[in-house]
Order: sequence, then structure tokens, then C-alpha cells
Amino acid sequence: MGWIGSIIPLDNLGHYLHWHFILISVSNLIVIGLMIVTFVAALLLPFPGRSRRKENQ
Amino acid sequence: MSTTEIDRQWTTRLRRRAAGKLPPEKLLPDTQPAYVSSWIYVFGVTTLAALVVVIVSGCILALEGPQWWHSSNIGHFVNSTHLWSVEIFFFAMIVHLWGKFFMGAWRGGRTLTWMTGCVTFFASILAGFTGYVSQTNFDSQWISTQSKDGINATGGGSFFNVLNLGQMLMWHIVILPIAAIALTGMHVLLVRIKGVVPPFEKDTEIAR
Amino acid sequence: MSKKAFRPDVDAPEWRGGYSPYDIIKEGTIAIVIVGLLTILLATFFGSPDERAITMKIWSNADPIDFAQTAISEMNGSSTTAGYGAPYNTASDGVQLGPLKIAKFMGVTIPINTVKDFIINPLKSWPNQPALNQDLATWSSASSSTQSGWVADYTKAAPNLKFVNGHIVAQTTNAGPVPALIDDLTQMAQSGALDQALVTGNGFYTTNYTKPLMFLADSGYLANLADKQHLTGSQWGMMNETGQYPGQAWLWLYTFWYQIPPFTTSSNADILVFAVMAVLSMALLFLPLIPGLRSIPRKSRVYRLIWREHYQG
Repeated sequence: MGWIGSIIPLDNLGHYLHWHFILISVSNLIVIGLMIVTFVAALLLPFPGRSRRKENQ
Repeated sequence: MSTTEIDRQWTTRLRRRAAGKLPPEKLLPDTQPAYVSSWIYVFGVTTLAALVVVIVSGCILALEGPQWWHSSNIGHFVNSTHLWSVEIFFFAMIVHLWGKFFMGAWRGGRTLTWMTGCVTFFASILAGFTGYVSQTNFDSQWISTQSKDGINATGGGSFFNVLNLGQMLMWHIVILPIAAIALTGMHVLLVRIKGVVPPFEKDTEIAR
Repeated sequence: MSKKAFRPDVDAPEWRGGYSPYDIIKEGTIAIVIVGLLTILLATFFGSPDERAITMKIWSNADPIDFAQTAISEMNGSSTTAGYGAPYNTASDGVQLGPLKIAKFMGVTIPINTVKDFIINPLKSWPNQPALNQDLATWSSASSSTQSGWVADYTKAAPNLKFVNGHIVAQTTNAGPVPALIDDLTQMAQSGALDQALVTGNGFYTTNYTKPLMFLADSGYLANLADKQHLTGSQWGMMNETGQYPGQAWLWLYTFWYQIPPFTTSSNADILVFAVMAVLSMALLFLPLIPGLRSIPRKSRVYRLIWREHYQG
């Protein structure tokens, strides 16, 4: 790794979860989990600028 | 030269149609309807921003050619930015898709907006795939030799040869980026022409 | 103007409410800056995978017996490539969707003759090999039934090949020049000369690696490496990446079908899965036109969360 390489390289063999026919890498699970968390958070978190909007209505 | 002759010109007609459909206030609006107030609205523009980063990082890789990143630390770093911007691109695009689905964003004559979004998604998957097989490493060897079976099964393998590096690289850096950018442009213009979909009527679910 | 009945999943009510300030250029700029910084952060922390490509040289040195066994499978027609069918050859009909043999219909557009392209022609291109030239001459002058007999004899010995003093040793009785040809091909591969011979079919320049990739894919060696990295089809490999990197997670549905019956056991899985995905993709594309499906957003009431400010107002 050079000076600009990765600080936490992910080149070692990946970790995988196996449940019946479902086999998924921890990395992919994190990505998909984050997508769902992001989606739910986007629905639930209050969006700033609410009061200003009301004034303009 | 009469006015009617100018009126009939293709250029005049195109300009008038474009200006009518998409006046500057619509193309670059300075207000938006008050109901546009949720974090879910940021994922469209996030997808666009990620596309910009994907294209910029891809162009830097293109400056030095397809094998540069194997031997150069800077090249490898640029490749890393290309990979992660693609991950962000798909991440944002999928959350955007979910959000638009639950808004029923095709309502009010926005079917074509929905469809161009879907086609952009499909084209992006193909763009990502041709990138994976153009990496010139173990990954591309394995992915291309595996995926050939799926593509051959459809008959597409007779002209779309995933084992042909030159062909895949051309698709990845010429044909599919043009398609993705054109489709994204159409999608964004349609959003600007039609506006953001209004909420369902308040008594909608009682009425049905 | 008479108004048609309002269809809540097709029509949208006209907005008569207020508008708020919106700076689209500022929004876009902020998005590009944030995504750019996040990309640089992720790239700096995690980098990207780059497992070196496998060459014929690497493969034949790491596992010369697997190489020799793959080579004889190309000669006796039992390899995947040799028996593939279209678009490479006419050895089989290939996969089919019901009565439709789509690949076969499209024809042989990328012809590969495994004996000539993978074995005989590369050997012919190896310079300064008088003994090899003799063996190649013996092979060429023999009738095809004699050639088949030799290959069949070597095939019987193939499961018990040995690699002794840098040479492939086969217990054959009547295999003609085949043992020498297989051994020479192994030597050629180990020297690195085969990599070049397989790609230079069109002269000096090349951008097409179809032949070496097909040869390599017939090996057990490449599949073993992929299996360790969880990349094979039955391991949801399509969405996985080497190492611990996230892969093409967006392909989860495509690779999902390969994990369940009837696709796991069907020899036509490739086209069946493609057909299923084509139907589902069309359903997504035409969702606004499909009654029932297009009502899910309204009935799920998730929109109440998105526009809760509007509904509170």
C-alpha cells in the first residue's frame, strides 16, 4: 500500500453469514441494512426549515 | 422573407415548443410547493451528485488508460473513488426509487418520468457490469466467464461478447455513459416540466 | 369541460397551496461537495480490491495436473467450452426457454474449436521445438478415428496423471503423440508462451480475450479460487466482491433466483432466471399502468409520513 492507499484495506477473505439458502457477505448486509435505515430515517427525521415554510403559505 | 416562413422553420418551431414546455422559471425554479419538505427528497439530487463524481473519477482513469490503476498508487486511489462513488450512486438511486414508489410519483401525467427513471436504473446496472468486466484483474476474469452463460442464454451473447475486453471497455466508457447521461437528462427535464408530484388528497383512502 | 372520475392512483390533485423558496443550484452544489467528500473518505479508508488476473502461466505452475486434465478435456470434447453450443460451436443446443432455442437460433458467431484453438495451433506457434513438430506432424497425418482413439486412451489415464521432474506423466498404452502434446502444452503454459499464443490470433494487437478466458474457465483452478471468495453462482456470487468489499448488492434479486428451486436444478436456469427478471423489470417499468400494484403506495399510507406536515396543516 502506498501513501494514498487504504487505511483499512478490505482485501482479506470476507466474512459471510449463512442461513438456509441465504448466503450474504457482511459488507453487502451492511450496505443493504444502511439503505433501509437511511430510508426509514429519511421518512421519520424532521426536515429543517419547517417554520419558514409555514410563514410562506 | 415573410413572418410565416420564419414561423414554419424547424428551428423556430423547436425553440417555441421548448420555451413553452420548459420556460426558464421551470427549468431553474426559485420556489417549490410547500409539501416538498422531507429528507426523502434529497436522494434524487444525491444520485445526480454521485453520477457527477462517477463521471469525473472515470474521466481521470481514462486519462491514463485501463491498466494504469494496477501499477500506480494514485491510479489505485482514483479507482477507489470510482468504486465508492458507484456504491453511493446505486445506494441513493435505490432509496430514491423507494421514496418515489411510496409517493405514487407517477400520478398526474408523470408516467414517463417514472419510466425514464426505471430505464436509467437498468442502464446503470449494465454500465456497472461492463465496468466490473473491464477491470483487467481476477474479478473481471471471473465475472465475465460466469455472466457469459446468462447473456448467451438470451441470444445476446452472439453480438455482446463479455469476454471481449475491447468491446466491454467501449460500452463502459462510451455507449453506456452517453445512454446514462441522456436518460438522466430526460428524467430531470421531465421532473422540471411536470413538477414534483402533489400529495394524495386528504380523504383519498376514506373515499375508496 | 366534463371531468372524468378522479382516479387517485393515476391522477394527482392540482396544488393550490403555498410555495417556499428553493435554491436548486445551491442544493446541487452542496450535494456534489458532500458526495465528493464522502467518496474520498471511503476511498481513503477502504481502498478498492484488485486481485491480480490469473494467467495460463500462473495456473499451469500452481496446478499442472489440473491444467493437463483441462487440456485433454478440450481434446476429447468433455470441457464446458467444447460442449457449449452457440455462440461458440454446434456441439449442443444450449439452454432453451420452453421450445425456444434462442442461442442456437442466433448461430455460431464466435467460433471456437477447442482442439485447434486451444491445443494444436498454440503448439504450432511455439518456435524451435523439433520433437514437438514431429508429434504435430504425426497428429495431423492421422485419420480422425485414429486421433479419437489416442485421445480416448489418454482420457482413461487422465484421472491419474502425475507431475514428475517438471513433466506430465500419463499411464497410457496407445495414445500416439497425445501424451507428448499435452506435456508440451503444459511446458509452454508454464513458460508463459501459451498466454501470448492464445491471444495473438489476430496479429500484433489484441483487445479480445475470449479464447484464453474460455480455456481458463474450463479449469478447476479458477473455480476453486472463486469458491474461496464466495463468488460462484450458488453462493450468490453475482452480488459478491473479492475480499471484504461490498459488491453489486443491487443484483440481489437476480442472484436470488439461482438459489431456489426450480432454478437450482434446471439446466435452463440461465434463461429462466433471465425471463423472470425481464418480467419483473417490465412490471417495475410499467407499474403506473398496472391496477392493483399502483395502489400499493396509497394503501400502504407511507406517504402520510412523507407529507405529514401537509396533512397536519
